[in-house]
Amino acid sequence: MSTLKPPVGPGDHSQGPAAAPVTLVEYGDYECPYCGEAYPVLKAVQQAMGNQLRFVFRNFPLTEQHPHAGRAAQFAEAAAAAGRFWEAHDLLYERQDALDDASLHAYARAIGLDGAHLVAAFEGRYDDKIRQDFSSGLRSGVNGTPTLFVNGVRYDGPRDVDSLVAVLRAVAAEPV
Amino acid sequence: MPEASTPVAVLQPGVPAPAFTLPATPDQRLSLADLKGHPVILAFYPADWSPVCGDQMALYNEVLPEFHRYGAQLVGISTDGVWCHAAFAAERKLHFPLLADFEPKGGVARRYGVYRDHDGTSERALFVIDGDGVIRWSYVSPLGLNPGADGILDALDLLVEQNTSAGAAS
Repeated sequence: MSTLKPPVGPGDHSQGPAAAPVTLVEYGDYECPYCGEAYPVLKAVQQAMGNQLRFVFRNFPLTEQHPHAGRAAQFAEAAAAAGRFWEAHDLLYERQDALDDASLHAYARAIGLDGAHLVAAFEGRYDDKIRQDFSSGLRSGVNGTPTLFVNGVRYDGPRDVDSLVAVLRAVAAEPV
Repeated sequence: MPEASTPVAVLQPGVPAPAFTLPATPDQRLSLADLKGHPVILAFYPADWSPVCGDQMALYNEVLPEFHRYGAQLVGISTDGVWCHAAFAAERKLHFPLLADFEPKGGVARRYGVYRDHDGTSERALFVIDGDGVIRWSYVSPLGLNPGADGILDALDLLVEQNTSAGAAS
């Protein structure tokens, strides 16, 4: 059984209460079409679960396959440093068809991220964090993107809204 | 040859890895013996051109720098032919050899106990072999499930630990 290593911590990007009974972790790549498909599904799941769910995103850019995935992750991490991670995350998945440098600069302006900050990110300022995420994914049994973990255990089941909500509700109802 | 009638069980840790020589490109062959002195990761997989992002070989391509930190060489093996491998490796930009276990078909997979008679392909199976050519870890994944890299990395960690303690004891 593949389990999340390390567990979710303060360095992670999360949405929802830390004390929520269920934590859903996604290892994702901003240029992966399957992550793009999962994006609206996970939004709907978050909506359905409300404060019962904490959602966490970790980077798993497959840069050999996806030429823009690395820079998209750098952009999101720069936004995180400015307190705007989720805006960047959402924007990247909503505009997955345009992730070239010029587009990323335009998105930076759209969310009020300084252009020089973005350039510093492209030069590697946040690469350690991205590498740590990637490496933790490898150690946790991530086998592609997206890979999901439910309360620390890899989830290999169907990824439609109903199936996910059913699984998460069942986990939320388990006695602690 | 009794190969089809007497299937071999999946080779287990402690067993010497059966020697083989297979085509790596249309004009080059690779022998397991060529890789002696370094850990080798043998990744048997059913077929080139699996249609998903989570493709196992594409994932390992991304993990290659991590494998190299252990001095380990990764080798993919399937029953596809060399030209198929060449096209697949070029399209996915793979930076490690893919061996063609094509003639006799699945001959190497059979010797490692991971051939699937009905399908004419191998299992999705992993072997970590030490520098002396001994299997130190093996794993067969459910066919549809990409096993990821955590098992391989754990096995390589263990190899390093055991080498360190063996070095300290001698």
